Amino acid sequence: MSYLKKVQYNCKKATFLIEKKMADRITFREHIELRIHLMGCSVCKLYGKQSRIINDMVQQLWQSSMPDQVRLDDDFKKELQERIEEELNKK
Amino acid sequence: MNPENQLLDPHQWVKAHADYLYAYTIKRIDDTELARDLVQETFLAALEKVKNFEGRSSERTWLTAILKNKIIDVYRKKSARLAKEVQQAEHEQQDFFEDDGHWSPGHRPLSFGIEQVDPLVNKEFNTILQKCMQKLPALWMAVFTMKHIDDEETTVICSELKVSPANFWVIIHRTKLNLRACLQRNWGENL
Repeated sequence: MSYLKKVQYNCKKATFLIEKKMADRITFREHIELRIHLMGCSVCKLYGKQSRIINDMVQQLWQSSMPDQVRLDDDFKKELQERIEEELNKK
Repeated sequence: MNPENQLLDPHQWVKAHADYLYAYTIKRIDDTELARDLVQETFLAALEKVKNFEGRSSERTWLTAILKNKIIDVYRKKSARLAKEVQQAEHEQQDFFEDDGHWSPGHRPLSFGIEQVDPLVNKEFNTILQKCMQKLPALWMAVFTMKHIDDEETTVICSELKVSPANFWVIIHRTKLNLRACLQRNWGENL
C-alpha cells in the first residue's frame, strides 16, 4: 500500500490524531495527514464533530451536576467537626 | 501567631466546606465511603498545616489543593493496574477497527442526534452520559478529567499518575471511543 493510501484508509490513526489535537497539539506532519484523511472520510469527520460535542457536554455536566444531591449526612458532619475541635484542643 | 492565620477558621470548616469538598471528591472518585474518608483526612491534614497557610489563596482553595493531592494518591494506587488496563484497551480497540485501520462495520459512527441535544435542559441525556462515564475504568476517567476538566498539562498528568505518554494517549483515545459508542447505543434508541 502506498503511503497516501495508508493515510487515507487509517481511521484508527485519524481518530487518534483527532483526540490528540483536541487535548494537546499535533505535529505539522500529523496535521497534514489528518486533513488528507478527513477530506475523504465522512465517518471520521462525523466522529470528530461528535467528539467535540461530547467534550463540551462532559464539561457542562461536570460544572453543573449534583450540587444539591451530593451532600454529607448531618451525623457525619457533626462527628467530623467534633473531631476537628478535639484536635484543636490538643494544641 | 501570624495575623494572616486569622483567615482560617477551623471551627467553621465542616459547615463551610465539607459538602463542597465531598462533591468535588465524588465527581472524581465514584465511591462514597472513600470520599468521606478523604474529606476527613483533608481536614485533619489541614489542621497540621495551619501554620503554613500564607493567606495567598482562599481557605476553600487551600483545602481543595490538599484534597486534590489525596485524590491523586488514590489514582496513583489504581494505576498499579494500569498495564493490564492498557493492554485490555488495545485489545478491545481491535473491535472498533479492522486490522487495516478501517472502522469495523458494527462500530462505525452514525449520526444519532447528539448535535440537537441541549444538555442543560435534557436530564435524560445527562443521565445516560453519567452512566456511560461510570462504566469506564477509574483510571481512564482520572486521565480524562485531569485533561479535559482540570486542564492539566499532559506532562503533569503523566508524572503524577505515573503513566507513560504513549499509554496516556491510548487512554485518551480509548475513553472517547467508548463514551461515543455508549452514547450512540443508548441515546440513539430514543430517536
